Amino acid sequence: MKTANLSLTQQFLTSDFWYHFKHNKVAIFSAIIFFILVILALFAPLIAPFDPYNLQTLDIMDSELPPIWQEGSDSRFLFGTDDQGRDLWSTILYGMRVSLLIGILAVLLQGLIGITIGLVSGYVGGKTDSLLMRIADVQLSFSTLMVAIIILAIVQSAFGSDAFNKWAMVILILIIGLAEWPQIARTVRSSVLAEKGKEYVDAAKVMGFGSMRIMFKHILPNTLSPIFVISTVQIANAIITEASLSFLGLGMPVTEPSLGSLISIGKQYLFSGAWWITLIPGAFLVILVMVINLLGDFLRDTFNPKLYKG
Amino acid sequence: MSLLRIDHLNIEFPNRYGTKLAVNDVSLSIEPGEILGLVGESGAGKSTIGNGIVQLLSQPGRVSGGDVYLNGELISDFDDEAIRKVRGSRIGFIFQDPMTSLNPLFTVEDQLIETIQNCLGLSAEKAKQRAIELLEKVGIADPEIRIKQYPHQFSGGMRQRVVIAIALAGEPELIIADEPTTALDVSVQDQILQLIKDLCINMNVGCMLVTHDMGVIANVTDRVAVLYRGRLVEIGSTKQVLTAPKHEYTKSLISAVPIVSKRLDRFPLVEYIEAEEKGLKHIDVSTHWIGQIKKHNTTGDLLTIKYLNLSFITRDAFFKKNRRSIQATKNVTFTIKEGESFGLVGESGSGKSTIARMVAGLQQPDSGSIIFDGTELINNPDRDAVAEAHLQIQMIFQNPYSSLNSRMKINDIIAEPILFHGLAKKSDVSGIVGDLLDHVGLGRKTGLKYPHEFSGGQRQRISIARALACRPRLLICDEPTSALDVSVQAQILNLLKDLQDELGLTMLFISHDLPVIRQMCDRIAIMKKGEVLELAENKEFFEHPQNPYTRELLELMPRFEQYGQ
Repeated sequence: MKTANLSLTQQFLTSDFWYHFKHNKVAIFSAIIFFILVILALFAPLIAPFDPYNLQTLDIMDSELPPIWQEGSDSRFLFGTDDQGRDLWSTILYGMRVSLLIGILAVLLQGLIGITIGLVSGYVGGKTDSLLMRIADVQLSFSTLMVAIIILAIVQSAFGSDAFNKWAMVILILIIGLAEWPQIARTVRSSVLAEKGKEYVDAAKVMGFGSMRIMFKHILPNTLSPIFVISTVQIANAIITEASLSFLGLGMPVTEPSLGSLISIGKQYLFSGAWWITLIPGAFLVILVMVINLLGDFLRDTFNPKLYKG
Repeated sequence: MSLLRIDHLNIEFPNRYGTKLAVNDVSLSIEPGEILGLVGESGAGKSTIGNGIVQLLSQPGRVSGGDVYLNGELISDFDDEAIRKVRGSRIGFIFQDPMTSLNPLFTVEDQLIETIQNCLGLSAEKAKQRAIELLEKVGIADPEIRIKQYPHQFSGGMRQRVVIAIALAGEPELIIADEPTTALDVSVQDQILQLIKDLCINMNVGCMLVTHDMGVIANVTDRVAVLYRGRLVEIGSTKQVLTAPKHEYTKSLISAVPIVSKRLDRFPLVEYIEAEEKGLKHIDVSTHWIGQIKKHNTTGDLLTIKYLNLSFITRDAFFKKNRRSIQATKNVTFTIKEGESFGLVGESGSGKSTIARMVAGLQQPDSGSIIFDGTELINNPDRDAVAEAHLQIQMIFQNPYSSLNSRMKINDIIAEPILFHGLAKKSDVSGIVGDLLDHVGLGRKTGLKYPHEFSGGQRQRISIARALACRPRLLICDEPTSALDVSVQAQILNLLKDLQDELGLTMLFISHDLPVIRQMCDRIAIMKKGEVLELAENKEFFEHPQNPYTRELLELMPRFEQYGQ
């Protein structure tokens, strides 16, 4: 009765989601940090004091300067500099941009494949279901990292480093997206199976609607909550995968570093005293992934009626 | 001194919108050997009272006022440990669903002995002896053998007997039975109720029987308390409350109960609970879009079903001889005449819903034929003709909570079939949807909302409007009211009757509930294990049943009108 004439904003403000969010300190805290990090990454060109991609501004004399609260620092460089004299703060901002972009685009790709396959598999059932799910099983039996390392190594040696560096981001997105779709497909399939048994699907069949309409117009909107939850977790996973690959030297090139490649650059200097090149980007990576996971936990608790709190 | 006395009990559930008073100032008492019926509709607070007595309220509910005395002792002030000792040993509980109230991992023996030892502190040997005695008392044959078995080896009725034995294990003074027979078939329900009644008298135990079923109340209780929205509106001897109800709500509730002895045109006096919206536009069906149904090919028989067979595989195997299957329908044959309302009745698993699903095209039979208005629906190469025929067969489902897509607005739900099949001009659709909503008693304004904002009865009205949007000639109602409260059921049945009269709809009405069938149907077929046992006119069926199974069911059914309604 009362929500009939409310605008979308008002509907959102009276929803259970917003209510639970307001009463969950961890969720509020995570959301604030997450949005700060996203804004920093999004507006990196405006916020960052230097452009780390512009090699002409670099001065090798500035290399390995410590953060400003340590002795021997330079006031221009908040978190110090790396081995090439790049401002670490600027590089972190740009790196976070790269990490988030890869994470989100890879999960979009996973979602596109996973949702389609999951829907078809769950709705059609029978032999189609068995075939698609066995493909998913085979896919899952290879570790994502292993697949990624093999493919990246092949691409790198086949096309040479220069071409690889140019297309590194696209290749990473494709690999992470293609390797992890079964996670989403399985989640979608299981909720489609639950929804398929409900009578509104029968009602749609009795009214003579086609399978495509029933799948995408009726069942899909009802499976969005679990998709939303798993996507958040998958973004965190994709960022970690990208960081691991970059750390191993197979990801983003040194000229366009992500958080993972920064950590990798710093590891050689870790014991010569220049700890900041590794630890500061590492701290940002940990915080970014942690807040995404905490938000994912919150979404799961809110959208899963079995764990519903009063 | 009463066995149980409740004084001005208040139970509240705080939530984000404020505090909901689930039980509001309820006072009642139970004597030893007496069965008090607690009747009311869903949300009336009847189960909450039972749980509140033993302080088993689900979070965040709490008793906010009032006293509960058991044999003169104030138990509502007891702390957790003290009340734990009261549960089981002084107050026994029987739950609704015997399928889930026993632990499937333990034998019946383990579960009984655990309770006996916990409550009475007997030695293992004595406890076992007592467990066998208890099983014998609740009517389980060969208790020495069956006690070693696991719950899944018992049928539903037998499990409920075990649950009763566990409730009796601690020699309680009071038994609280929360809808003990709701999950059981009619023939089993009768035995369980009789058992509870006998036990109460023989062991001088008081019983609080929580139920929504007026038939159960009429059959076993000595006194009855009627609850409405957390308030006790009436309490008195069963006979007095049922024959001379004082409160308006009780009157409305009683008139809504379908009776078997005679067929009424409509249910009177049912507007108390969920009245239709006022000031709805009345549409003249003969000139309106929904009245303009396409050409009729036949006069007389609208639907003919011949030798319909379907079996479900219960165990698949590579070799045919190892496969196991169950025959859901066996050579089912009947015809439904244009404009009549045909009833299919039977216990759960008798195949009645399977027939509905086959007629609606949701399931393909193994063999047989279904002819609708001259068009064969099974294995007909002319797919367009079949699709056209299927559009004229619409269905109303059992569960109103899952039969509407919760992510769509009501307007979109009803408009979808009209737009998809191009049944009306695009510019007319929103007007038609509004008219349909008015016609089923909801009002066109409700179209902007989502399904979760409606009650079960209102949702069922939406389902009906959606079915009407296809302009059906045959409406299949598969247990359309079994998930609804009795007064809401009466309103929905009234609506269906009105629609049938106005639109000349033919109905296939499926129900396990004989009184509902009696009120709704012209001809009735009774099914058991996939076979039609008897097919007769309404009056003939109820007054002179031929088949022994029909007679047995009619006898066992709890009769509400024994008090001279």
